[in-house]
Formats: sequence, C-alpha cells, structure tokens
Amino acid sequence: MSLRNAFRAATAVTLITAGGAFADTITIATVNNGDMIRMQGLTDDFTAKTGHNVEWVTLEENVLRQRVTTDITTKGGSFDIMTIGMYETPIWGANGWLVPLDNLSAEYDVDDILPAMAGGLSHDGTLYAAPFYGESSMIMYRTDLMEAAGMDMPKAPTWEFIAKAAAAMTDRDNEINGICLRGKAGWGEGGAFITAMSNSFGARWFDMDWNAQFDTQPWADTLNFFKGMMDASGPAGYATNGFNENLSLFNQGKCGMWIDATVAASFVTGKDSTVADHVGFALAPDTGLGKRSNWLWAWALAIPAGTQKQDAALQFIEWSTSKDYIELVASKEGWANVPPGARTSLYENPNYQAVPFAQMTLDSILSADPNNSTVEPSPYVGVQFAAIPEFAGIATDVSQEFSAAYAGQQTVEEALAKAQALTNDAMEAAGYK
Amino acid sequence: MARSVTSQRKAINTAVAWAVGLLIFFPILWTILTSFKTEAQAINDPPLFLFFDWTLENYTVVQERSNYMRFLWNSVFIAGGSTILGVMIAIPAAWSMAFVPSKRTKDILLWMLSTKMLPAVGVLYPIYLIFIQFGLLDSRLGLVIVLMLINLPIIVWMLYTYFREIPGEILEAARMDGATLREEILYVLTPMAIPGIASTLLLNFILAWNEAFWTLNLTAAKAAPLTAFIASYSSPEGLFYAKLSAASTMAIAPILVLGWFSQKQLVRGLTFGAVK
Amino acid sequence: MATKASRSAARVMMAPAVILLLGWMLVPLTMTLWFSFRKYLPLRGGDLGWAGFDNYTRFVTSSAFWPSIQATLIIVGAVLLITVCLGVVLAMLLDQPMWGQGVVRILVIAPFFVMPTVSALVWKNIFMDPTNGLFAHLWKFFGADPVSWLSQASLPSIILIVSWQWLPFATLILLTAIQSLDSEQLEAAEMDGAPHLKRFWFIILPHLARAITIVVLIQTIFLLSIFAEIFVTTGGAFGSKTLTYLIFQRVLESQNVGLGSAGGVYAIILANIVAIFLMRIVGKNLDA
Repeated sequence: MSLRNAFRAATAVTLITAGGAFADTITIATVNNGDMIRMQGLTDDFTAKTGHNVEWVTLEENVLRQRVTTDITTKGGSFDIMTIGMYETPIWGANGWLVPLDNLSAEYDVDDILPAMAGGLSHDGTLYAAPFYGESSMIMYRTDLMEAAGMDMPKAPTWEFIAKAAAAMTDRDNEINGICLRGKAGWGEGGAFITAMSNSFGARWFDMDWNAQFDTQPWADTLNFFKGMMDASGPAGYATNGFNENLSLFNQGKCGMWIDATVAASFVTGKDSTVADHVGFALAPDTGLGKRSNWLWAWALAIPAGTQKQDAALQFIEWSTSKDYIELVASKEGWANVPPGARTSLYENPNYQAVPFAQMTLDSILSADPNNSTVEPSPYVGVQFAAIPEFAGIATDVSQEFSAAYAGQQTVEEALAKAQALTNDAMEAAGYK
Repeated sequence: MARSVTSQRKAINTAVAWAVGLLIFFPILWTILTSFKTEAQAINDPPLFLFFDWTLENYTVVQERSNYMRFLWNSVFIAGGSTILGVMIAIPAAWSMAFVPSKRTKDILLWMLSTKMLPAVGVLYPIYLIFIQFGLLDSRLGLVIVLMLINLPIIVWMLYTYFREIPGEILEAARMDGATLREEILYVLTPMAIPGIASTLLLNFILAWNEAFWTLNLTAAKAAPLTAFIASYSSPEGLFYAKLSAASTMAIAPILVLGWFSQKQLVRGLTFGAVK
Repeated sequence: MATKASRSAARVMMAPAVILLLGWMLVPLTMTLWFSFRKYLPLRGGDLGWAGFDNYTRFVTSSAFWPSIQATLIIVGAVLLITVCLGVVLAMLLDQPMWGQGVVRILVIAPFFVMPTVSALVWKNIFMDPTNGLFAHLWKFFGADPVSWLSQASLPSIILIVSWQWLPFATLILLTAIQSLDSEQLEAAEMDGAPHLKRFWFIILPHLARAITIVVLIQTIFLLSIFAEIFVTTGGAFGSKTLTYLIFQRVLESQNVGLGSAGGVYAIILANIVAIFLMRIVGKNLDA
C-alpha cells in the first residue's frame, strides 16, 4: 500500500513539475492524412512538455467533416480541437463557434504564418484556426517521359501545352497515361479541381447577384477541354479518381503528368514512389487570361467555443503548428517530410530550400488569391470554393453531374444545364434571391 | 430416413458446393491474404496469391497507430449490452404476444417492425440534440440504448416466433402448480426456449456489431467502437490496400470467429417462424 | 386459455417494449415533422422560422428526387430477387449430402458477419478499382479492357456488394426451411417418378413460401436504409443516389435540416407504402 502511495505521489509531482498546472486530457478530431498521422505519433513530445494527454479521433476526410459539422452546429462539445479547412474556418468564425486565436505567445510568432494562409483562416482580421500545413496545386510530371516525348516543360505552361504533352506522353500499350486528374464527385475532390481550372478559363460560380454561371461559355469551354483531354490521354475510369487514386497511379509510373495538391510532392519523391528520381514540377497551367488554375487550401486546427479545456487546447495548437514542431519532424523524418506551406520561416531555411519542390510550392501558394480568384468579378471568397455555407452541398451535387458527364452517362451540355438549375434552386432556398 | 446416394453423386455435390462456398468466401480470404503483404505486393501485377513474403508489418503499424483493444472492448460492450438489454425487455413482450394473443397482436408486431424503417439520417439532428441534453454523447450507455431500440423489434419478433412453438399447456400446467408469472417465465418458458434465445442473442449481436451510422456519429474518443476504427483507415494518402486489409481483418475477425463457433445455434434458431 | 387476469398481465408485460418503441418512434418523428416545417439551417444560425410546405415542395421538385426513388426501388428489388433466387439454389445445394458440409456452410455464411463499411471498402478498392483491382487484373488476363465498375456500372456494382452481404442470411433461413421438409414426402415423389423440376415446383417451392416471405420482409426493412455501401463507393454519384442518401446529402452536406427532414417524412411514407404492399402480397403467409 505504502509503495503504491509513494508511486502516486511521485507521479503527481512529475506531472506538476512537467505541466506547471494540472493535466488535462484533450480530444482532437483529425483527418487521416500522412502529416496528421505523423503528428499523432509525436504526441508523446507534447505530453512530456505540457503534461496534458491527447485522445485522437482520426477519421477519413468525409466522415470527419460530417462528424465535426454536426458537433459544432449543435454545440455538442465532443472535441476540444477540430481539424478543419479554409472553407469551414471563416464561416464558423463568423458564427462565433470558434475561439479566436488572438493571444498566442510571442515565441509562437504568429506573423510568421504565410499571409495567404492567415488570410484564408481569418474572419474580419481575426485568426480562428492555425494552419498545420498549407497547400496549393501544381504540375508534377515525369521528366523522363517528357524527354522521351521530345518536349520541354516550361515553368508556367498553358493548358494547350499540357493537352499536347499529355497526348505525346500517352502510351496505352505500356499503361502510361499522359495525364491524371481528379474526376471524382465531391466538392473537395473533383469539384475543387474543376473549379480551380475554370478560374483559368475565365469562368466563375456566381455573378455579383449570386446567379449561377454554368450557362456561360467559359464553363462549357472548361468542361469540354477537361473531358476531351482526359478521354484522349487520361486513365480508364478517371471519373472515380480522386487525390489518392491518382497518387497511387503516379507512384506506380502510370501517369505522365498529375496536377494536384503541392503536398503530394513529398509522396511522389518519397520511398513509396517507383518514379521518385524522375519528377519535375511546374506551375499549374493557365490560358493567358491572367488567372492560373491552382487552388489554396490549409488544414488547420481550431478550438470550438465552449470547450472546458481551452488552455490545454491552445497549448496543443501552439505546439503542433510551431517552428519547433517542424524542427522535430525534420530531425526524425528529414526536411522533405515536414508539414509544408504554413510558415514563412520554413521557406527561408536553407535546409528546406534544398528540397526540390520547396520553391515551386511557395510560388504556387503565392500565386493564389482567395479574394480575387476569378477573371470576372465574383461576390465570394475562395479559389476552389465559395466560402458560403451552402457551397459544400451545392458543389457536391454539381460535381456529381460533372462526374456523370466524364463517365459518358450524359453530355457536358446536360451536366451544365442540370448544374445551373440545381445551383439556382439551392441559392433560392437559402434566401440569396 | 436418410436418402441413399451413390458416392459419385456425393462427390459431385461436394465439388460444386465447395466451389460455390470458396467463391462466396473469396473476398474475405483475399482481404486476409492482402493483410500479410507489403503495400507494394498488395498491388502487384499480376496479383500474388500465396507466394509472397508474408509480413506482420501492417498489423504492427495498425496496432501502433490506434488502440485496437479499446475499440474492440467498446464494440463488445455496446453490441453485448444492447443485445442483452433488448432480450430482457423483449421476453415479457414476446410472452404476451405468444400466449395471450389478441386481435391487435399482429398489428403491434408489424408496427414495431415499421419503426425500423425510420431513415436514420433523417433523425440524426433530433437524436444528437437529445443526446447532448442527456449528456449521452460519446458514452457507451447512449449507444447501448440506441442500438437496443433499433434492434428491439427484431428481437421481439424472433422470440415471439419461438415462444409460439412451445405448447401453452406446459405453461398452464406450471400455473396450475402454483407458479407465479415470474417463475413461469423464468423457470419454465426460458429454459425451453434456450435455442431460440441463443440465436436471437447471436443475430442481434452481429447486427449491433455491424451498425455503422449511429456508432460513428454519436461517438468521439471514449466510446468509439470498431466501425470508427475502420473509418480511420479508409482512403488515406498513399498506398493503403495492405493496411486497410489488416484493419478490416482486425475489425471482422472477432465476430467471424464467434459466428463460426456458434453457427449451429445460429442456424438452428434462425427461422423467424419460417418453419412450422 | 386467456383469462382476464392473464390479459392484464400481458398488457403489463408488453408495456416496456411498446412504450420504449413508441418513444423511439414518436420523439424523433415529432422533431422531424417539426423541423420539416421550419427553415432550419444550422450554418446560418439554426431555426429561422416557419417555412410552411416549402421544404416539401422543394424536396420533390428537385431533379434528384424521382431518380432517387427509382434507384432505391431498383436496388431493393434487384437485391431481393438475387438473394432469394440464389438463396434457394444454395440452400438446396447445402442440403445435399456431401463431405465437409459444416465447413462449406461456414464459408457461405461468412459475408454476413462483415461490417457493411468494411465490405464496401474491400469491394471498392481491392476488387473494383479499375487499375489495381482484382477484377481489372482478371479482365486484362483475358485480354479485355478493365471496367470502371463504380462509374460505368454503379448500380449493378452496389447491387453486387449488397447481395453478397445478404445472400448468407437468405440462404440460412431457406436452408432451415428445406431441412424441415419431410424427406419421406420427397422420396415418395421420387418413386412416383416425378421429374426434378416438378418436384421442385410442386413440393419444395410451396414449402419455402413462408421462409421466402420472411426473407423478403426482413431484408426490405434493412435494404431501404442502406447507406454505408453508397457512402463509401460512389458517394451518390452516377445515378446511385437512393432516397436515404439524398436525405443525408440535404441534412449533412447541404446543412439544410428542414429540407432533409421533409425528405425524411417522404422516406417514412415510402417505407409504409412498401410495407403495406408487402403485407398485402405476402402477409397471408405470416399467419399461423
């Protein structure tokens, strides 16, 4: 008995000295992406530093969204930290559902966060979520196949060039597809890609009076170009391919080019890739209208208002999105695997500048502007989405119509006509008109 | 009684039945095999059947990443608790329906079944709000109650059909001997209906174990069962077939083993009154 | 035998189950009904007032409504047809004398123990993936182009997955029924020289009628609300959006609880229509 008491006392002392306050257990909901899983594995470092324990709820992206949205709108209080994106943060922040992150410590250096990221995670100038990693999109291509096709990838190509290069690289007999792109239904999957692409074709979701714009020529051009190129040079069944499917195709050497999230760069040059030594990078294409087709996104950590463990949660956010955390990952996994796209200082670090995709990632991030993403003026904020509560639902429906067109179940015209009707209908239901 | 058959015919039967059985079982077998491959082997072209370097790596990774035992325990607790609670509530109801039938018995039974048709997604918000009110979010108790209610109609119906096969005279005889209602049910009816009760327990344990909407949406960290465990392995970044297979195998193995060991009971009792 | 005392006892004994289910039905149902008449948008601040029948008209006039009813009925109908037909065949096969009957039975019932989420994930990725899936390899082996199952044949793919899950259930119930068939009766028929088909049609099938009824009834209840299989595989794209899935999209993706609740009311109505239909056609078989 006395031994046990002594042990208890000893534990208590350790906890107090370690934490400086009594220990909490916080519950964190997060997405099952590689960087988050790495963070989960490093939790011991946080517990050692602060004494707080962490319970992880790691879910696939769609399930996570559904779970945290239900919880925040009903004030369920199941989580102390939620992993959310650039789409949710401004909307939830505006509703007062998130704790403002305005008293971060000095050594955290909040001004070091890339302005594009901080801007997208704020509402009315207040930061509501701290970026864990940020991304844009860019072209990843096979230098060996490009050479074999006798072509040279410019730093900032046009869509026309991409289509030509894709056709030249395609070799069906050897299962090489010139280009792999997302066609999967879902606003965060194919919906995000086609919206970012449409920006470069001069299209927009809404005009200044919130009228849907799918009946305009730029949208028809976007979709016809996409479908034409993918039918000619894309993989079979591209209408169901999302980020993950394309990643595995690219890593198996079955894609000549892939335009997708910049974070994929560390995977295609990593140990799971069979083509790691032959990958080049370029800015996402344009059509000369002044907008490129790259998006802007961040996975960020936010604290729901009403949590009892706000202090511990804040400590965790400071730990996981700090410069120290980046150093910690670098020391264990190498610089290529640190969470990218969140901090300016990372891109000033010579160790990181040596990483082949670092500069292109930064350039891509810097060339995306959520406040001015379309050629013609638009009333919404966001590059590959419109930051209004109705968007996710509408865009999922719209992208399902598009995917059906990619799969050949309807024509591009039919898909656009349906998209136009259902978007206007939903906007009417939401009271925009 | 036994029909005599030539061994030739028996051989044909055996061959056909085994072929069909293996075909039906193949997806599970393949998943189990894949779980012992490396990620690269899992997508090898052509597919590798048995001759690959067997590895336990995926199980190690899954075990390191998530606290499997806790998910497993939650699944056992929730599925077991809801089933036992359900049977306890259903036995008296089924007794009334079977031995004191009235004109409305069948209506009540069908009405009970119809409550199962309520689309779960449609009532997610109402239930979520109620759970917050009663502090049941992310608690095993909350899920025990919900899953019990979901499966109660099936439990009542199954028990009702078994009880009906038991001759009422025996119960009446017990009553004549001065047994109280409680004694009658506990010491006369229940022992006679053991096979039926066993298969009811089994079937509903399986149904509760596999329920994936409420168990996912009403839990966070503390009460999350294996359905949530699986949700953290579906479509992550990078190659994942082998890890997904390992996680899937871990999620279905306990129930598969239970099902196999008790399949006799399950088969014997799974009639829903289909056999007279 | 039913005395007055036992009648009142019966009522008392039935009470817990009935009251619980009544509560389970009425509380959410009332809330669903209430929400369905409200403009309830959680992301826009919650309950924004009375909406009349707006949600109801909007839900049915949406272009997704009728296709979703159609998809629901196709999936339920096809799965029922497949599981019952194959179930009868399988049950008769398993009833034959053979070596290793117990093991075969174990193999056949195994899919029933697999979580819907798991089976959908496994089928989608490991079998139906157009590049790395086993089917793709098989197709290539025979020199054919791999099929993109989930986009080109979304409904058949989902029907395949769901049928695989429910076939064991149908087989088990039908097997129990077949085993109870009096073998003397069959033998007599055999000696009379009745051909196989006739024996099946006039003796076995009528005997199975009741079991088939049960299978149809129970499966319909579960099939009307299948969700995980669609969520995981197609996400409702390519014409595989069922009514349940449409409601999910309205409530969770569009965050329009009012509209989704109206959809929920329609789903309840549909379920009841199907139920009444079932009772009319097969209800007789349920009587003792």
